[in-house]
Amino acid sequence: MEEIKNIIESLLLVAGEPLTIDHINDILTQAGKKEIRNALSELSKEYEARKGGFFLREVAGGYQIRTRPEYREWIKRLIQPKALRLSKAALETLAIIAYKQPIIRNDIEHVRGVNCGGILRMLLERRLIRVLGKKEIPGRPLIYATTKQFLEVFDLKDLKDLPTPEEIETLGEASSEHMG
Amino acid sequence: MTHDEHYKVQIDDIFEGPMDLLVHLIKKHEVDIYDIPIALITEQYLGYLDWMKAMNIDVAGEFLVMASTLTQIKSRMLLPAHENENEDEDPRLEIIRPLEEYLRIKSAAEKLAQRDLLGEDTFVRNPGLEDYLLNREEAVIDVGLFELIDAFQKILENITSIGRLEINANTITVRDRIVQIVDIFETKGSVTFNELFSKNADKSEVVVTFLAILEMVRLSLIRVAQHTQTGIIRLFYL
Repeated sequence: MEEIKNIIESLLLVAGEPLTIDHINDILTQAGKKEIRNALSELSKEYEARKGGFFLREVAGGYQIRTRPEYREWIKRLIQPKALRLSKAALETLAIIAYKQPIIRNDIEHVRGVNCGGILRMLLERRLIRVLGKKEIPGRPLIYATTKQFLEVFDLKDLKDLPTPEEIETLGEASSEHMG
Repeated sequence: MTHDEHYKVQIDDIFEGPMDLLVHLIKKHEVDIYDIPIALITEQYLGYLDWMKAMNIDVAGEFLVMASTLTQIKSRMLLPAHENENEDEDPRLEIIRPLEEYLRIKSAAEKLAQRDLLGEDTFVRNPGLEDYLLNREEAVIDVGLFELIDAFQKILENITSIGRLEINANTITVRDRIVQIVDIFETKGSVTFNELFSKNADKSEVVVTFLAILEMVRLSLIRVAQHTQTGIIRLFYL
């Protein structure tokens, strides 16, 4: 058990993307998924007890070691990310897609009452959204959905993990499927 | 110096749309969205449109569509209820439903923004840096367009008591003013909104400065943010 935990920890340290339990299982064939899950929760507890510079986050269907938000200012002195910062308009467009996906452009624009072609292009470029296909209606408009990258950036386990402002329940129904 | 009368500030895409203007007015007048005083809101809405046009801000077609919807609702409200035989539905529902939905999305967007964002609040050991590095093309406005307009209107009120806007022919152009403002930013990094408007400036100068600020936001040269406690609007050079 102790060794399995250490192996997983070493994998987490090196992996760039969130590691899924399946992926860990492919590498660590001698351990069962249950064991892996236990080891992950053990690790997470250790990090919480230690209250160090990082913690274990469950994001986009996998697990990832991330720095604690408390230390953001220090990290920024190191790598100066010119940040993700999205405008209000872009965030709202992204929220519409996240909560109502799969959705076509017309329906997105209907909610904000304003053209959003430029914003969609930018969100696509940043891989926060993707094109799922074309809707079989006149004009065959593109269908948009959020990406795994969206979940990673917004620290979400999956789409069910989207924040639920009191009034928003009715919007969440169509958006519970997992993203590939 | 030539006056650039064709200099139009585009607000499409980056700034807010007609729904935001409605929300802004509803908040400003603290009215219940289920009981909107439609005459007041319509009048105010049209006032903003006129004002934006007078300022040479290129108002998107969507603003005009909303204006006509509001006007229609207003006139339907004036009809006696019994003449409307088939349905007694409140004509305002036409605007209440989209407003409700928009407010929901707005609150969802705010909640999303408050999360521990990767590349902003939390970081991974081997960050795919290109994913969140150095992307400047997106303008950031923490302060909305309509809040800016309100702040600007206050400045206008302070410098003159004459009601009408007239843009003087022999003043500095928007482009030149942008260059000047960039110079200020090069030395100071950030300034408050009010600092950019000198006390003894005449009206056209003030208007040009305002248009220059809008244009700079659009070009992603600056970011506009408002201090939550003091309410002071500050501009940051990016």
